[in-house]
Amino acid sequence: MPAMSRWAQRFAPLIGLVIVALVFSILTGAPERYLSLQNLRVILAQTLIVGLGAIGMTFIIVSGGIDLSVGSVIALAGIVAALVLRDGGSPTWAIAAAVLTGAVVGAWNAMLVTRVKVIPFIATLGTLGAARGVAKWLAGERTVNIPDTWINELAVTFPAQAWMLVAPGIWLAAILAVIASLVLTHTVFGRRVYAIGSNEVAARAAGVAVESIRQRVYVLAGALVGLAGAMQMSRLRQGDPTVASGTELDIIAAVVIGGASLNGGEGGIAGSIIGALTMAFLRNGSQQMGWPSYVQEIIIGLIIVAAVALDRWRTRQRTA
Amino acid sequence: MTPRLALAGLVKQYGSTRALDGAALEVSPGSVHALVGENGAGKSTMVGMVAGGLEPDAGEMRLDGEPYAPRDPRDARTKGVVLVHQELSLFPHLSVWENILVGVESQRYGVLDHPENRRRATEALALLGHVDLDPGTRVDRLSPAMQQVVEICRAVAIRARVILLDEPTSSLQRIDVERLFAVVRKLAAAGVSVVYISHALEEIREIATDITVMRDGRRVLAGTIPEVDDEAIVRAMTGRDLTHRYPQRSPSRRAGPALSEPAGRVEGRVEGRVEGRDPGPAVALSVRNLSVPPKVRDASFDVHAGEIFGIAGLIGSGRSTLVRALFGLRACQADAVRIDDRDVRASTMPADRIRAGVGYVSEDRRHEGLLVERSLVENVTLSDVHQSATRGWIAAAEEHRLAVTHLDAMGTRYANAAALVRTLSGGNQQKVALARLLHQRARILLLDEPTRGIDVASKAQIYELIVERAREGCAVVFVSSYLPELLGMCDRIAVMRRGRLEPARRASEFTEASLLEAAMGASAHAPSEVS
Repeated sequence: MPAMSRWAQRFAPLIGLVIVALVFSILTGAPERYLSLQNLRVILAQTLIVGLGAIGMTFIIVSGGIDLSVGSVIALAGIVAALVLRDGGSPTWAIAAAVLTGAVVGAWNAMLVTRVKVIPFIATLGTLGAARGVAKWLAGERTVNIPDTWINELAVTFPAQAWMLVAPGIWLAAILAVIASLVLTHTVFGRRVYAIGSNEVAARAAGVAVESIRQRVYVLAGALVGLAGAMQMSRLRQGDPTVASGTELDIIAAVVIGGASLNGGEGGIAGSIIGALTMAFLRNGSQQMGWPSYVQEIIIGLIIVAAVALDRWRTRQRTA
Repeated sequence: MTPRLALAGLVKQYGSTRALDGAALEVSPGSVHALVGENGAGKSTMVGMVAGGLEPDAGEMRLDGEPYAPRDPRDARTKGVVLVHQELSLFPHLSVWENILVGVESQRYGVLDHPENRRRATEALALLGHVDLDPGTRVDRLSPAMQQVVEICRAVAIRARVILLDEPTSSLQRIDVERLFAVVRKLAAAGVSVVYISHALEEIREIATDITVMRDGRRVLAGTIPEVDDEAIVRAMTGRDLTHRYPQRSPSRRAGPALSEPAGRVEGRVEGRVEGRDPGPAVALSVRNLSVPPKVRDASFDVHAGEIFGIAGLIGSGRSTLVRALFGLRACQADAVRIDDRDVRASTMPADRIRAGVGYVSEDRRHEGLLVERSLVENVTLSDVHQSATRGWIAAAEEHRLAVTHLDAMGTRYANAAALVRTLSGGNQQKVALARLLHQRARILLLDEPTRGIDVASKAQIYELIVERAREGCAVVFVSSYLPELLGMCDRIAVMRRGRLEPARRASEFTEASLLEAAMGASAHAPSEVS
C-alpha cells in the first residue's frame, strides 16, 4: 500500500495531464490534430514562459516562500533586453542583461525577506508594483522596438531549421529544467531547500544557514524569470512594459498543480513542468473547441482547486 | 461538608502506559488546593479530565455532590470549572473586556451592549483587586502578569466554582507572584475553590491550604498545610521503586574526573594535556559566566572528555536555554566558551558549532529535532551532508549507506530508510535524531531531554549509546526532568534553579530527594546531610 500511494503521489500530476489531453482529443473529435506535432509545438511555445518561471518558482515554493512579482519582472527584464538591443548591444548581451535584471530583482526580494524580515507575500507584492513601474519608466511608457536579430527566432512556434523540431528557447528551457531538477534532488543546496521549507526551525538547529539558502533561492529564481522575460520579448519582437500581467498566478498554479505545497517542503521540477503543460493543453483545447476565454478561465480555476483538494485528501489518507 | 470537587478511582490508559491508576482528589469550597507530583505523575491528565478535555476510562467525578461528567471544555465552563493554562490562551489583539467576556458577552437585539459588558468586566477585575485596569486596553499591551489576571477574570466572569491553575508562576517575576497570590486569596475568599499545580514548595507553603501529592497516577499523600512538611512531600513525590536499569560504567569512569569545580579564571589553563597520559581530565567544553537575560544568569561549568554531565532543574528554570545558547540557537554573553580549549565565542552559528564537533538533540523532537516530513536518510545526514557529496553533488548510494550504518548502530527499527520520519514511533524517531550526531561525528553531545516520551526499551538503548559515546571520549551534557535517569547516568550533576546554575557535584552525592529539593528550592539541606 505505501508503495502504491507513493506511486500515485508521484504520478498524479502526470495522470492529470494525460486525462486533460485525452478529454480534449475526444472533445475536439480530431485527436490526430490535437495531438499532432504541429499542435504540440504550439502548446510548447505557449508553455515556455510559464515553464521557465515555474522552474524558479518551484525552488521558492519548496523553500517555503512565494514570489508574486514574477509578471512584472518578466516585463522589466524584457524591456531591459529590448533597450540593450535597440542601443546596439548584441543579442547575447541583451539576454545576459535580462537574466541579470531578474537576478537583481531576486536579490532585492531576498534582502526584503531575509534582512528586513518582511514576509515573502508582502515583500514580493511590493516588488510586483515597483518592478512594473520601473519597466514603464525605462520604456517611457511605450513599447520598445528592436532590430531584427536571431533573438527573434528564440521562441518562435516553428523553428526555421526544421531538424530542431521546436524552438531553441524550448530546448534551452528543457535543459535548464533537467539541470534544475537534478540540483533540487541531488545537491546539498537542493537538500537544504527542502529542509528549510519542511521545517525551518529544525533545519536551523541542524546547522543549515537558512537565510543564505533563501537568498540564493530568490536570486536563482529571479535569473530564470529574467530569462523568461527575454523569451517574452523574443515572442513579441518588442519590449512591452505592460506584458505578462498576472503571469505569476499561472506560474504558481502550475507549481501547485504539479504537487508542491504552499507550506513548503514538497514539490518538484517535473511536477511543475507538467502543471504548466496541463494548463497549456487546457487553454489550447478550449481554443480549438472555440470556447470563449472565460470558459478557460473557469476551468483552470476549478482545476487548481481540484488539484490541491485532491492533494489534501491524499495527505489525509496517508496520515489517517 | 460536601467537597466542592471529589474525584475517585480515575483511570486513564494510553497504550501500555497507565497515566492514571485510581487517582483521587477532594477539594473543599473556598480552599486553595496544591496539586504536586513529578512530571508524568498524572497531574495534567487528571486536571484535563476535570476541565473536560479528556474522558476517564473509569472512575467518578462529583461537583458539589452532583455527578459531574463534562463533555468538553465548554461544557465544563458552563458547569463552573475552568482551567487556566500554563500558556495563556488570550486573544492578544482584543481588549481586556472582550477577552474576559468572550463567548458570554451581553447583547441587546443582537448587538453588543457595551456599557453592560464594560460593567461586567470591571466588576470581575474589581473582585480580584484590579479596579485600575481599563477594560478597553488591548491585551497585548499588558505584562504577562496582568494577562494572567485577565485570564483568571474570564473564570470569574462566568462565576466559576473551581479554577484550576496550571503552574501559574512559571513565567512570573517574584513581585508578580505576590500579586497573583493576592488574586488567588480573593478568589478563595469569594468561595471559589482553586486547584494550584506547582513545583515550587515555598509558594505552596505560602498560598495553599490543602495539598495532594500524586505519583504514578495515584494519590500518595493528602493533607493540610502547614501540617504536611517539605520532607514528607518530597518523600511522597519520589518514593517509587526504580524501574529503570542504567548501563554499567567502569568504576574509574564512574568516579569521574576532577571533582571540584575550578573556582578561578579559566584563561590560560591547559588542563589535562599536561602529562598526556590519561585523557580523562581533558576539558572538552568550558563555559564561564554565560548569560541569556533574563533566563540564564552567569552559568559556569566544565565538561571533561568521557564525562556525562547532568543538568537538573524544573521546566522553565533555564536549562534548555543554556544548552540552546551553547549550540548557537540563542544569543548570549559569556566570559568564555571553550571547546577543546579554543575560544569559540566569535562564531556563534549552529553550523560553526557542528564543525567544532558539537551535536545537539532538541527537547522538541517533532518541531525542532527532526524534519518529520522528510526521509530517515535525510534526517540523519542533514547536519553534514557534505560527507557524501563532491562539489555539492550528493552521492545518493553513499549517503544511504552511511545513514543506514548509523541508524543500525542506534538500533533503530524501520522498514525503509527512505520512509518519512513521521511514520516511526517516538522512540525510533529519537534514535534518528541521535544517529545524526553519530553521522556528524560529534564529540560534545548536548542532549536536552533525550528520552522524553519514549518507550522503556528505547530508553535503555539510548542510555547504552550515551554511555558508549562517553566511553569513547565524548563529553555529554545531559539535561533531564527525570531525576532517576540523571542519577543513574551522570558522573556529575549541576542543578539549575530560576536561571542560576549551582556548582556541580558528583552524582553519588545526590539522592533523588535532595536533587528535587535543590531544584525546587525547598528548605535546602546540603545534599550530604540527606540520608
